[in-house]
Amino acid sequence: MLTSSTTVEETGALDAAAAYVADARRNLRPLKSGKNMVADMQETDWVAMMARVRNDRDQAAFAAIFRHFGPRVKAYLMKGGASEPLAEECMQEALATVWRKVELFDPARASVATWIFTIARNRRIDMIRKERRPEPEDLSWGPEAEPDQEDVLSMQQESERLTQAIRTLPEKQRKLIEQAYFGDLTHSQIAADTGLPLGTIKSRIRLALERLRHTMK
Amino acid sequence: MNGTMEQKSKEIRHHLSDDVLMAYSAGALPEAFNLVVASHVSLSDESRARLEAFDAVGGAVLDGSDTVALHADSLDATMALIAAQDGVREAPRAAPEDAVFPQPLRDYIDGDLDAVAWRSIGGGVRQSIIPTSSDATVRLLHIPAGTAIPDHGHSGMEMTLVLKGAFRDEFDRFARGDVEVANEHLNHTPIAEEGEDCICLAATDAPLKFSGFLPRIAQRFAGI
Repeated sequence: MLTSSTTVEETGALDAAAAYVADARRNLRPLKSGKNMVADMQETDWVAMMARVRNDRDQAAFAAIFRHFGPRVKAYLMKGGASEPLAEECMQEALATVWRKVELFDPARASVATWIFTIARNRRIDMIRKERRPEPEDLSWGPEAEPDQEDVLSMQQESERLTQAIRTLPEKQRKLIEQAYFGDLTHSQIAADTGLPLGTIKSRIRLALERLRHTMK
Repeated sequence: MNGTMEQKSKEIRHHLSDDVLMAYSAGALPEAFNLVVASHVSLSDESRARLEAFDAVGGAVLDGSDTVALHADSLDATMALIAAQDGVREAPRAAPEDAVFPQPLRDYIDGDLDAVAWRSIGGGVRQSIIPTSSDATVRLLHIPAGTAIPDHGHSGMEMTLVLKGAFRDEFDRFARGDVEVANEHLNHTPIAEEGEDCICLAATDAPLKFSGFLPRIAQRFAGI
């Protein structure tokens, strides 16, 4: 399992450190000394929590995931126009889906936040827009193979960098991205050029997909 | 070292653009287009990687979001939902190796190519409209080898995914997994290649406007 001693990484530390300082309102763990830092305790913990839910059906780990993501999912649904009771119901359904689909979560391709976002989005389309949501075919590591731990760590750190990058965007640009994902913009109102550094994330996902395809052979 | 799926997706030359993938990720496309996007992504790892990068933006926004208080019994109620369905762990949805249709389309058709109820729309062309929400339309098209799809202009967006065979227009060739996105400025004449009938999945956010007289009559009867 990933622990704090294995998550030390140097690159991008200054940028990330600056963002962490600005982030005192969130309950992240403190930086380690010098230029080395714990890049992403928060996200690494969620991957470990997911592993406990998957392997041990650990209800305490699930409760921790629920307490962090449940209120965010509910906010997402209400910003999308759902009433409070509907958002609560839809959030509960989404988090129950997290439990049911836990084996399909691939930490080499997504952060826990990303994976929960896709589940919440699909629940929103299903329950609030009352449409089916066609999803791509599932790709899974299956019972024997596991993603490479280095790939998992890189992906989680890259996801945290993206979260930091969004937080440090100019207000106007940040609002536009939030509105695209949280509001109810139409297709023609959404601009794909976010100015965010998505190239590295795409490359990492591509690599993870190639490894996954190789094991699926 | 690459598997067959990898080779298959490498042959795909026409992928979806970033704005379509981001709109799909944000949940802003009509259901009909979602079906074409999900089917294309099932066949293209390149598009899947770009899509999942946009999903990561959604995840980052969610993670940095403010919060809304939950009901006092929220966790208990969710655990009760889980208990009511426990034992159910969802298995991966994946189409068999030899399937023509990707899994999301199989979910809608409830089967593969042999489960489609075709209707003739003239000129040897057949179609089958797939029920979705009414803000856009998606249909399967069966075009005999060497046959032109009736010349039409588009109003709004049209997205066409090739599932079997290939077609050419004035500009390019499109084969399995390739997707063509057209708008009202494109007036073109796609022709199914000789040798194999072409099967496509096409979504439009407005009815096709056929420019020939006979196809316009067919349009009225076929509900295009």
